[in-house]
Amino acid sequence: MLSRTADSLFWLARYTERAGNVARGLAVASRMAAVSAGLGAEDDEWRSLLTASGGDASFYRKYEAPTAEAVVHWLVFDLDNSSGIVACIEAARRNARAVRTALTVDMWESLNDTWNQMRAMPPEAMEGEKLADFLGWVRERVTLFNGAAHDTMLRNEAWRFVHLGTMLERADNTARLLDVKHHLLTEEAEGAVDYVQWQAVLRSVSALRSYHWVYRDRLTPRRIAELMILRPELPRSLMACFAEVAETLEAIALDQGGRRGECHRLAGTLQAQLRYGRIEAIMEEGLHAFLTTMIERTAALGGEIDAFYIRH
Amino acid sequence: MRAEDGVRAAYAEIERWLRDTPREQLDAKRREAELLFRRIGITFAVYGEGGDPERLIPFDLIPRIITRSEWDRMAAGLRQRVRALNAFLADVYGGQEIIRAGRIPAALVLENEGYRAEMVGLKPPGGVYTHVSGIDMVRTGPDEFYVLEDNCRTPSGVSYMLENREAMLRLFPRLCARHRVAPVSRYPEELLETLKAVAPPKAAADPCVVLLTPGPYNSAYYEHCFLADEMGIEVVEGADLCVENDVVHMRTTAGPRRVDVIYRRIDDEFLDPKAFRPDSLVGVPGLMSAYRAGNVALANAPGAGIADDKAVYPYVPEMIRFYLGEEPLLANVPTYLCDREEDRRYVLSNLDKLVVKLAKGSGGYGMMIGPHATRDLREEFRARILARPGDYIAQPTLALSTCPTVVEQGIAPRHVDLRPFILSGKEIRIVPGGLTRVAIREGSLVVNSSQGGGTKDTWILEDEGPGAPAEGMQSQGQSQGQSQGQSQSQSQSFGSQSQSQSMGG
Repeated sequence: MLSRTADSLFWLARYTERAGNVARGLAVASRMAAVSAGLGAEDDEWRSLLTASGGDASFYRKYEAPTAEAVVHWLVFDLDNSSGIVACIEAARRNARAVRTALTVDMWESLNDTWNQMRAMPPEAMEGEKLADFLGWVRERVTLFNGAAHDTMLRNEAWRFVHLGTMLERADNTARLLDVKHHLLTEEAEGAVDYVQWQAVLRSVSALRSYHWVYRDRLTPRRIAELMILRPELPRSLMACFAEVAETLEAIALDQGGRRGECHRLAGTLQAQLRYGRIEAIMEEGLHAFLTTMIERTAALGGEIDAFYIRH
Repeated sequence: MRAEDGVRAAYAEIERWLRDTPREQLDAKRREAELLFRRIGITFAVYGEGGDPERLIPFDLIPRIITRSEWDRMAAGLRQRVRALNAFLADVYGGQEIIRAGRIPAALVLENEGYRAEMVGLKPPGGVYTHVSGIDMVRTGPDEFYVLEDNCRTPSGVSYMLENREAMLRLFPRLCARHRVAPVSRYPEELLETLKAVAPPKAAADPCVVLLTPGPYNSAYYEHCFLADEMGIEVVEGADLCVENDVVHMRTTAGPRRVDVIYRRIDDEFLDPKAFRPDSLVGVPGLMSAYRAGNVALANAPGAGIADDKAVYPYVPEMIRFYLGEEPLLANVPTYLCDREEDRRYVLSNLDKLVVKLAKGSGGYGMMIGPHATRDLREEFRARILARPGDYIAQPTLALSTCPTVVEQGIAPRHVDLRPFILSGKEIRIVPGGLTRVAIREGSLVVNSSQGGGTKDTWILEDEGPGAPAEGMQSQGQSQGQSQGQSQSQSQSFGSQSQSQSMGG
């Protein structure tokens, strides 16, 4: 396959996944802000969401403080933020248009309809009282796209690059969301605020219910970290995502007669580390240090995939 | 019995169909066609007018019919013309015998913008320069065809020939079945075979062919993807290709892959920033060097544009005589080169009768249709011609044939032209059909899509058409094959012939 095609497929999936993740993050932050307003920690939510989205530096160049309005504007509308929802949908559709023939009709139509519907929306339909509806719509559209890809794509290289993009983006998102709350997960404090925070962390990866199904017990920071990092059953855990990444890279290599590079080694290492890792060791080492390393290595893996398959 | 009875008879069935089909049904079908085209995404970019740049080209439901015997005569003329154009290209980049023989002015060729000195002495694989040619034809009477213009660079529009047929088969299966329409669907296969046939001798047994596009923002991008898809080849952009040791590779996820033939839909000047415009972002640095080394074939060859220059056009009949020793089978429209003093005098004193065009213009831009022009516009063109005579040519207005067309008020005759596509590889092949463009505005002679023109399906009928050769299309008035004499009374509707290249070619 043409490298450019692979690149566009990879990024259209990443941007789509990112739009969904930002929407999920915003929904949880809005909820938390409402809950913790009475507890006097309202702005913390917006600040940590901003940090998790990875764009604080450029945010502070344009906005003074992470108020609700500013962060929502930045994460929904602002085209200077390449991780904003509108910008992500634009970028996904742009990439899709460039490789239309590599997409199935269902995938193209789901992306194109999303884009068309978004363009037809007045700004007031995407903020204020309507924000929650809008975020729900975004998540729905992303789910539809993922379903279209999953259900209609031939399992060839095109599918694999789409899947790589989705999984790498998802891993990155989970690591970041967890990292901005790491301080709440290490101190074994048990105030009301913390408990609500723990719930919020789980909600941001749609895993609150899953937690109860897996552990059938009250929330503890250690188990939350374990679920989101090590448990293969949770589709947004680092373990689940990196297993998919490594498997997908391996499938591409097998298709190409065993051609492998640094990206394969790195993905394999990450997968092994998670597969054989133990939460006690991670907590002991320090959750923050561990997650920082994971975020860095996820970025490095993206770079290696690019170097090996795209820009050789 | 008049000679056009054959054509009229061919329309008899269509006429019956139109009589039996209520207007509402036609309108419904028209909407269906529009939906079909929009969903597939067949759009054409129209720039500089504001509004949505991605527009549909209006598709007219009534097919344009050409009988097999007419087509065969035209096709013979097209083959002859393309052979001569190719011989001319080989000559002007080789021994330049036609210039030495004094049959065409040296300056007209050698100082022409379309002439690429880089091509001198370079032998393209198979000796082919113009692999895909689009020759724009107009019909002015029974069996009377004129060549309006040659397109030897990157003629486009063939996707409409294919998609219009698909639309007709889907919308009107029974009407199609009642006619023996020559199929066009094998064009992509023929194109691929033509391209493979000109692979360099060094290429592998199954050469790697790619289509080079300027990218998604090019007006013909849809066509690029469509053709590549139909041929099963990659659509590449400049950045997907790289040249190493004079060999062209494309970047694939499995590493570099050697490319043997490039069907390029990028203009000469943008092909290679090292050889031509250094500011080109869509080209491939080093491509010309690889081409010169004989490691890759380019279709069409750079520099092929010299053969379709509007000022070179008047010399094509001479080329046919010079290279082939034959008399031209297809007529040229008489053309006055304003650079020639005698011609210029004639043009300036007959501005109200002539069509004046930029020798380098395309898409129907920068032209003046004398009989329709205001006094001021004529004076403006007079000044322009005097200032830069070499930039202008003029031609008499032709009595273009018309074809019944669905318009707001009902069904009415509208002017049409035809662009058949001629493929030259090891041999010359022509798929029986072409792109019929129609001037939707009443009286308009400009069929360019950039000027509001539309398209029709073109039917080459294998037999002379069903039904009796009755009065034919009386209701459509002067719909078919009007002689020039008759047309004068219709001066309103005859201004000039269409201009071509509207499809970006």
